[in-house]
Amino acid sequence: MAIGVKVLPRPDRGVSYVRATLKGMALTFRHMLQPRVTMEYPEVRSDDSWRIATRWRGTHRMLTDELGRSKCVACGLCPQICPANCIKLVPGEDEQGHRFPLIYEIDEFRCVFCGYCQEVCPEEAIHVGVHFENAEYTRDRFVYDHERLASQTHAVSTLWDPTDPRGE
Amino acid sequence: MTPELKGFLLFSVVKMLVVFTMVMVGVALLTLMERKLAGWMQNRPGPNRVGPWGILQPAADGIKNFIKEETLPAGANRGLFLLAPALSFIPAVSLMAVVPLAAPLPIDVDWTLPVLGQVIYRGDLTMAVADLPIGFLFILALSSLGVYGIALAGWASNSKYSLLGGLRASAQMVSYEVAMGLSLIPVLLMVGNVTLAEAIARQQDGLWFIGPLFLSFFFFLVSGFAETNRLPFDMPEAEAELVAGYHAEYSAMKFSLFMIGEYAHIVTVAAMVAALFFGGWDIPFTTWDEQGGVAQTLATHAAFFLKMFFWIFFVMWIRWTLPRFRYDQLMGLGWRVMLPLALAYIMVIATSIWALDRWWPAGTEVGRGLVLTVLNLVIAWLVFFRLDRGRVVQGVHLRPAPRAARGG
Repeated sequence: MAIGVKVLPRPDRGVSYVRATLKGMALTFRHMLQPRVTMEYPEVRSDDSWRIATRWRGTHRMLTDELGRSKCVACGLCPQICPANCIKLVPGEDEQGHRFPLIYEIDEFRCVFCGYCQEVCPEEAIHVGVHFENAEYTRDRFVYDHERLASQTHAVSTLWDPTDPRGE
Repeated sequence: MTPELKGFLLFSVVKMLVVFTMVMVGVALLTLMERKLAGWMQNRPGPNRVGPWGILQPAADGIKNFIKEETLPAGANRGLFLLAPALSFIPAVSLMAVVPLAAPLPIDVDWTLPVLGQVIYRGDLTMAVADLPIGFLFILALSSLGVYGIALAGWASNSKYSLLGGLRASAQMVSYEVAMGLSLIPVLLMVGNVTLAEAIARQQDGLWFIGPLFLSFFFFLVSGFAETNRLPFDMPEAEAELVAGYHAEYSAMKFSLFMIGEYAHIVTVAAMVAALFFGGWDIPFTTWDEQGGVAQTLATHAAFFLKMFFWIFFVMWIRWTLPRFRYDQLMGLGWRVMLPLALAYIMVIATSIWALDRWWPAGTEVGRGLVLTVLNLVIAWLVFFRLDRGRVVQGVHLRPAPRAARGG
């Protein structure tokens, strides 16, 4: 079967290349006088015209309670649901029977930042955060241990827009 | 050696050094200007990391290009591969040699210098490196020599993209060479001479040729774009189709030479437009600039520089405004529109000059210029508002559709 080429009717007689060129030049000249819209990143990180969304899913953060202890009870739901299999959790238990993570590591290289860990967490302990500047000099620095996750200070993700929770 | 010859040689060498340095520094700054303008036209700031306002960006680029690896593609023709950048660079930078940059400076020098001995220079010191009697023919000849560099680069690289780029460049430059040459014949008819100094002198007496020879100016500008391989005619490089065209296989300083050549060509085209159609170093509405003197030379140099700078800006402005032509449109415009129009225009101008000589021999330069300007306005109106109605640059829909498409 031959490929059907649809030929659109275009105005032949009414078009002028020279006039269109002059029009385009006027446009580019106007743009030259307009203010620049570039945000010069390393100096300017965010301003009123541009901020990271509160739904942003970035570097993880472990929340702590008032006493500075991790909220995590090592229930094992987050490594279970993690599609990238980037969470390493070894549970522990103290004398009173409180469960806590002996090892809690997140490999930020493996993570796909889906935010399921935050959604599934019954204690609201692990969160994805509104943060993206996590460059390091070595690869092993990207495995965040529990202490490092707990010491993060950036805002946590809301995962959805609080003004429009159902996405309407 | 006579002291006069020594004086001539001394001043020539000084002029050569000054002009060459100006062109090289200017070209470096033009790359920055181009990127800045591109940024501003897209509401971006442009390069601003190296030095204040990015002013050291060309230096950074230069250092980068010097320390990068020189590559030689497998199967490349080594000799031609090395020759091509030089062939494209040397003609481009030597073009500025014949352009008069300012009013001639009358000097009377009788020095005794340490090594040279007695040095004498009396009379007008022309502000061009070489005031050649062949004038702009020299520029036409040398600028078309640049196509050898590009074609050889395409051939020697042993790469299909380079070869296609080189072929396109040769076809394009040969086509537009004709239109460019023909567009300058009316100037020749008006001036009666090919030297740029004479052309400028005639424009000082009468009107700038932008009025009396408006269409010539237009044809020259368009074919100038094609000659410099700039958008909207940068077929030889067309990134989307040919990677980088003829210099796809070049790296480091060899690539840089092509870039310098391209920008030097822009400078030359801008200088030619300024000299031939905008009065060169002439300052309008005054005869003060023709009296000769240091102040006059400096002022006329500034005037020439301003005109040239505007046309360089114009070339870049066009580049960031227009998309690229399709290749058949490019060739169609060159052969089916520009060439016949330029030929017809020569006839019109020749006839009207003859008619003016015959029926109005007492007319002043300005008066004759005004008559020709009115004539040009009429022709320009005809070309831009009657002819340029979907005929100058044909869309693909104007060609006969293939049989399958007609059915569907």
